[in-house]
Amino acid sequence: MTLNKSKELLLEMKNIHIDGFSDERWHKILKGVDLTLHRGEILGLIGESGAGKSTMGKAAMGYTQPGCKIIKGEINFNGIDLAKLTEFEKRKIWGTKISYVAQSAAASFNPAHRLMDQTISAANRLKINPTDVLKKDAVQLYESLQLPDAENIGDRYPHQVSGGQLQRIMTAMAMSPRPELIIFDEPTTALDVTTQVEVLSAMRSIVDKFNTAAIYITHDLAVVAQMADRIKVLRYGEEVEEAETRDMLSNPKEEYTKSLWSVRSLIKPEETNEDYMLSIKNIDAAYGSSKVLHNVSIDIPKGKTVAIVGESGSGKSTTARVITGLLPQLKGEIIFDGKKLSPKLEQRSKEELRRIQIIFQMPDTAMNPRQTVDEIIGRPIEFYQGIKGKEREVKVIELLKMIELDETFLDRLPSELSGGQKQRICIARALAANPDLIICDEVTSALDQIVQEGILKLLQKLQKDLGVTYIFITHDIATVKAISDEIVVMYQGEVVEQGLKSKILNPPYPDYTELLLSSVPEMDPDWLTNLLNKRSS
Amino acid sequence: MLRLSLGLVTVFAFSVIIFSTFSFLPGDFATEILGQSATKSAVKALRAELGLDKPPVTRYFDWLGNVFQGDFGSSFSGRSKVQGDQGDRSREVVGLIVPRLKNTLFLTGVAAMLAIPLSLILGISAALYRNSYYDRSATGVSLVTVSSPEFFTAYIFILLLATLFPVFPTISNVDEASTLAERFYRTALPVFTLTLITMGHMMRMTRSAIINILSSEYIEMAKLSGASRYEVIVKHALPNAWAPISQVIAINLAYMLIGSVVVEYVFNYQGIGRLMVGSVYNRDLPVVQACALIFASTYVILNLIADLIGIISNPRLLYPK
Repeated sequence: MTLNKSKELLLEMKNIHIDGFSDERWHKILKGVDLTLHRGEILGLIGESGAGKSTMGKAAMGYTQPGCKIIKGEINFNGIDLAKLTEFEKRKIWGTKISYVAQSAAASFNPAHRLMDQTISAANRLKINPTDVLKKDAVQLYESLQLPDAENIGDRYPHQVSGGQLQRIMTAMAMSPRPELIIFDEPTTALDVTTQVEVLSAMRSIVDKFNTAAIYITHDLAVVAQMADRIKVLRYGEEVEEAETRDMLSNPKEEYTKSLWSVRSLIKPEETNEDYMLSIKNIDAAYGSSKVLHNVSIDIPKGKTVAIVGESGSGKSTTARVITGLLPQLKGEIIFDGKKLSPKLEQRSKEELRRIQIIFQMPDTAMNPRQTVDEIIGRPIEFYQGIKGKEREVKVIELLKMIELDETFLDRLPSELSGGQKQRICIARALAANPDLIICDEVTSALDQIVQEGILKLLQKLQKDLGVTYIFITHDIATVKAISDEIVVMYQGEVVEQGLKSKILNPPYPDYTELLLSSVPEMDPDWLTNLLNKRSS
Repeated sequence: MLRLSLGLVTVFAFSVIIFSTFSFLPGDFATEILGQSATKSAVKALRAELGLDKPPVTRYFDWLGNVFQGDFGSSFSGRSKVQGDQGDRSREVVGLIVPRLKNTLFLTGVAAMLAIPLSLILGISAALYRNSYYDRSATGVSLVTVSSPEFFTAYIFILLLATLFPVFPTISNVDEASTLAERFYRTALPVFTLTLITMGHMMRMTRSAIINILSSEYIEMAKLSGASRYEVIVKHALPNAWAPISQVIAINLAYMLIGSVVVEYVFNYQGIGRLMVGSVYNRDLPVVQACALIFASTYVILNLIADLIGIISNPRLLYPK
């Protein structure tokens, strides 16, 4: 992929400063970042949320989001400074010379128009080719992106196709006017790993085919390694380092770059236990008339961590809902610490409720925004243990220390905490009930890599100190490696296999497990190529 | 289909409410017409003749049965045998209402034709130039017009356009013989009033519906694919805004119809609203019930239409997965 790249300069951004307005004041988002891109070259922009990578990507088009403005800097695209153009002049470049592929395809297509009309709208504006020629071309693009029924898929509306297909159609839409540059803004972040592989390979081959230059924005180093010739790391609106992909991976210079894949280095030695905290047996469950769990049986050893993995729609979260009693099962039973649990939440005793706690994926929505940390953590202490007043206060501070925060947080509201701190408070709230089993539903997937590492370490430490049992629901294999003792693989509402980590993660695999594991991007620039070769052979 | 039957149920429920409400009103037509000094037997005879002596439930079902056959009964006032009048002045409610209804529909129709396009244009342009002076003054003025009661707005118009600058007449009486141009001229002030009181709400809702959509990701995507401002609004935002906009238009058309009760009274316009007020005054139950039922059904029908537009404009509902 690095062959035959010309050295002709396409885009040169110099000393870009961008400010954004939020919370009643102006913040610096980008503080003087440079960027160069040659024709046909793919540059990866990586960093955590808030690093300014998306802002940088949009700035490459001369665009800033409402509430942001370019303070300083030059954006030379083909020798024209986009920063100096008027809105009207820039519109002639947007969509036709430079096109954009957004993160959430589902939200980025207009729900009111057919996909074909949206695909060719930008090219249509050029008025070079008549509509029917463009439509034929779009069908060819759909084909080369391996979309099913390429001939007719364009007649559908956005809600009628899947997320992975939408993302490929958006790539076709970006490619339709044959732009010189495409900005990919986290295009696969919202997709399952198995779908991600398909979309990545489709995008890479089409960019290669037309020799289009691209800026690929992501927070996932392994993904960008498959796509980019060069990688630039951003942090707090500044450049950390930039290098050729292979150099960057084999020899990252900065500490920060190394920390970006720190979770992947976290490994927990596995242990198991014949004594089960929880056993669910032959569970069937349904939402309304659509059945989502089929005969699911899982055993959770006491004081250990069981990871439930699978893609979206595999029934992982539904299993959690059944265990907590939020969704009564149709069939089967749940044995908790040797006793049968009633399916319905209302029929469980307070003690049973206390012993099983859950932590959710989105700490933002899991906490009452008008309650202080003290109230959030104090309430379960009072409710389950009947501890009030001074004693309660002491308990809350004790818990805060346990999650590596302190009493200065007592009076804060959730909005005054960072993402990682919020998740810590949610953990403390679960611990406040002094539970035996905590269900962690994708607790780290909304967090940045470094923060993830901190949370996972904390959870491990708590398990060691308190002996709690975890059910860890996730789709991220790196997280699984880092935390679990046993793994349960789920697919379409059924358990594919359950066993010790070493057994599941090593061959021989059942088909689905193999597909799932092989789809997890690795930190090797040749991984995707090798994988595709292997799969096609 | 479900919506349609729900609509029917609503109208039915309304008919019960209307009927029972008027049954509980103090006094009745008989005492009203015969005056304080009427003998008990005279009142009784008249009540028997009007069917007012029957229990309310029986009367309700008699009435409802007739309504289904398109017969709203006869007006109490102007009955043939009242006070020994010899001529047959019995008036069918239908015959009484239809010309009045036509007048009201003319009035509200013209007002709607003026108000809907105006408020759409104003709302869309305010959304387009958000936070500009134009936007601020438009939303500000609309707040004032929404907040003022219709009779007040009506009197302001009379003061300005009839008294200070006598352009239009204050009394909007029209009859069968009036030509179309004459009708327009005479109804100008009530039309302006109705337009003004509903336009503010429609304009503001259109503006906020569009602004809401303008912050969605597909609008940013459309901008980034080089769509012009006009294209973004008309091609990308508006098709997704029809559902909320049609809802607010339906509510306002219904409001206009109800608002016409006051406006017709102020301008002495021979519409259904004025008829209703007069009939309530006379305890003329059949007429009042018929008017109320018409108002209720219009409300239900308008909302049904709005729902229908919401479905048609949304491919998610039109083309399931």
